[in-house]
Amino acid sequence: MAQTQTFDRDDAKLVLTHVIFAIVALMIGGIAGMLQGMVRGGMFELPGGIGYYQLLTAHGVLMALVFTTFFIVGFMFSGVSKVTGGKLTSTARGLGWAGFWLMAVGTAIGTVMILANEATVLYTFYAPMKASPWYYIALALVVVGSWLSGAGMIAQYRSWRKNNKGKISPLFAFMAVATMVLWYVATLGVAATVLFQFIPWSFGWVEKINVLLSRTLFWYFGHPLVYFWLMPVYICWYVIVPKVIGGKIFSDALARLAFVLFIVFSVPVGFHHQLMEPGITPFWKFLQVILTFAVVVPSLITAFALFATFETTGRAKGYKGLFGWFKALPWKDVRFLAPFLGMVAFVPGGIGGMINASHQMNALVHNTIWVTGHFHLTVATAVAITFFGITYWLIPAMTGRRLTAEVNRLGLWQVSLWALGILVMSGAMHISGLLGAPRRTSDTSYNGNEIAAQWEPYNLLMAIGGVILFISLIVLAVALVKMFRLPQGETEYPVAEPLQPEEATPRWLERWGVWLGLTAVLIVIAYAFPIADQLFLNPSPGAKGYVLW
Amino acid sequence: MHIHRLEKIWMFFGVVMLAVFLAVLGVYAFSMGLQTPHSHAHADVDPEKLAETPPFDQPGVYQVGENEYEAVIIMYAFGFTPNEITVPAGARVHFIITSSDVVHGFEIVGTTVNLMAIPGEVNRVSYTFDKPGEYLILCNEYCGIGHQAMYTRLVVT
Repeated sequence: MAQTQTFDRDDAKLVLTHVIFAIVALMIGGIAGMLQGMVRGGMFELPGGIGYYQLLTAHGVLMALVFTTFFIVGFMFSGVSKVTGGKLTSTARGLGWAGFWLMAVGTAIGTVMILANEATVLYTFYAPMKASPWYYIALALVVVGSWLSGAGMIAQYRSWRKNNKGKISPLFAFMAVATMVLWYVATLGVAATVLFQFIPWSFGWVEKINVLLSRTLFWYFGHPLVYFWLMPVYICWYVIVPKVIGGKIFSDALARLAFVLFIVFSVPVGFHHQLMEPGITPFWKFLQVILTFAVVVPSLITAFALFATFETTGRAKGYKGLFGWFKALPWKDVRFLAPFLGMVAFVPGGIGGMINASHQMNALVHNTIWVTGHFHLTVATAVAITFFGITYWLIPAMTGRRLTAEVNRLGLWQVSLWALGILVMSGAMHISGLLGAPRRTSDTSYNGNEIAAQWEPYNLLMAIGGVILFISLIVLAVALVKMFRLPQGETEYPVAEPLQPEEATPRWLERWGVWLGLTAVLIVIAYAFPIADQLFLNPSPGAKGYVLW
Repeated sequence: MHIHRLEKIWMFFGVVMLAVFLAVLGVYAFSMGLQTPHSHAHADVDPEKLAETPPFDQPGVYQVGENEYEAVIIMYAFGFTPNEITVPAGARVHFIITSSDVVHGFEIVGTTVNLMAIPGEVNRVSYTFDKPGEYLILCNEYCGIGHQAMYTRLVVT
C-alpha cells in the first residue's frame, strides 16, 4: 500500500502553526503550574506583581482551553487531509487559517487581561465575580475561531463525500467531524452565557446577572468540553496506534458507534458539576447523573477495542500464551509508549470521574483537591501524554524529516518523566482531597490549624511532582529543537486499516441528522425545564458584579 | 454489526455494574434521605437585602428540637456570619446558607457537609455531630484575594 510520504506543504504549514502555538501555550502554562505547586508547598514566594490566582487563571486558560484546542485542531486537520486524498481544498484551508487567527487574537487579548490582573476569575469565570469585558470577548473569539476551524474540516469531509458517493467515509475524517459536531452543540451553552449575560453585564449595560443560570449554561458546555479533548485522543488510540504496533483496527463499526454515543450523551449531563448547588432539585440532578453514567459506555467499548487490537496483533505475530502478546508491543517506540501511558492513566481517571458524578457521594470530593487530581489524570495525562506521543511523529511528518532513534529516545524519557510527575502529584492530590484539602487555594495552612496541618506533606509531594513535570517539559523543548534539525527524509503518518472489509460497517452510523436529532431530544429532556425554571419560571434575584482580587 | 462474544460479555457486565451503582445511589438518596444539598422551595433571597429577609435578617444558631438546631449562615468575602458555631455532641444541625456577594463553598472538613452558597439562592444540608471536638470550616470555592483566609470553626462539646 503506497503511502504519500511527503505531506502537502500548505496543509503542513497550517498544522504546524497550530501545533507549535499549542506547545508554546503548554510551556507557559507549565511554568505557572510549577510555580503554583511550589507556592502551595511552601518552597517559594511569588514576587510582587503576580498573584497566585492570576497564575492559576493563566494555567487553566492556557492548558485547558488554548493548548488543547490548538493541538486538537492542528492534529485533526492533518489527519483529515491525509485520509481524504492528501490535500485540503482551498476553502477548507482558508477556514482553517481564519479560525487560527481568530483564536490567536483571542488568546493574546485574554493573556493580556490576565497579566494585567483584570481577569483573576479562573478559567471557569464564575459570576458574580466580574472580569474586564475584554476577557470574555477574548474567550468568545477563541470559541468562534474554533467554529471556523470546524467548518474547514467539515467542508473537506463534504467535498470528499461528494467525490466518493456511496463509499463510507474514512474513519479519521468521520471521527474528526464527530468531534467538531459535539463541539458545536457544546459551545452553544458557553456562547449563550458569554454573549447574552457576561459581556453586557461586564460592560455595565445591564446591572445584574442571574448567577445560577450562568453556571448552568457554563456547565452545559463544561462537561462536553472534556469529550472534545478526549475524542481526538481516541482518534489516536483507534486509528494511529494500531498502525504503529503493526496491526489493524479491531472494529471500524464499533469505533464509529463509540463516537456517535459521545455526541448523544456528552451534553445532557452538566449538572454533575453542580450537584452541591441550590436551585436545582435532586430529581434533575439524578436524571443527569443517570445520563452521565451512560457516557461511560463508549469508553468501555474503547477499552475493549484497544486491548483486543493489542492481543490480535500480538497473536498474529506468533506470540503465544495468555499474555505473551504483551511482548509484541513496541515499548521502546514513543509513538506507542506515550498513548499507552495515557490509556493506563485513564483507568483511575475514568473511575475517579464516575465517583465524582455519583450524586450525593460528590459531597466528599466537591471542590477538594481530589478533583484536581482527577483531571490531571484525564486531561493532563490521558490527553496530554497522547498529544506528546503524536508530536514526535507529526512534526517530522509535516516537515519532511526523519524521526531518528535519538529523538525517539528523548521522547521515551520525556513521557516517562511526565508519567512519574503525574503519579506523584496526582496521587498526593487524591489523598489530600479525600482528607478535605480544598482546591484553588494558594495556602491551606489556615493560620496553623491542626486539622489543616495534615495536608502539608501532600502539598510538598505536589510541588515535587510539579517540578518533575516541568523537567519533562524542558526535555520536550529540547526534543522540539532537535526535531527541527532532523535529517530530511520520510516519517510515516500512521493510519491503520480496519480488520473487516468496508461493507461490515452499517451506513446508519453516518446519518448525522439522526444522531443530532437524538442529541437534541436528550438535551431538551435534561435541560429544558431546569433552564426554563432558572430563566423565567422562578428566576433568582440577580447579583451585581464584584472585583475581589 | 458484528460484535465479538467476549465484547458482549464485557459490555453486559459493564452496563450491569453501572445500573447497580445508580440503583444504590438512587435508593440511598431518595428513600433513605442521604440526598444532595438543596432547598425545599425555590426560596429566593436578594443578596443585597439579606438584612430584611428572614431567616437571614437574624443569622445564628437556634435550637429547634431536642438536640436539634438550625444554623442560619451568611457567607461573604472573606468570612461567615455567625463566625463561630458551638453545639453539644450528638446535635443534629440543619445548615441554611446563602451568600451576600459572590459564590462561596461551605465545607466542614472531616464531614459530609459540603455545599455551595450562591447569591440569590438558599442551600440546605443536615448533619449529626456525634464526635466532640473542633471542626475546621473553610470556603472551598475561589472567591477572591482573601479566599485562603476564609475559614472559621465549629465546636462540638
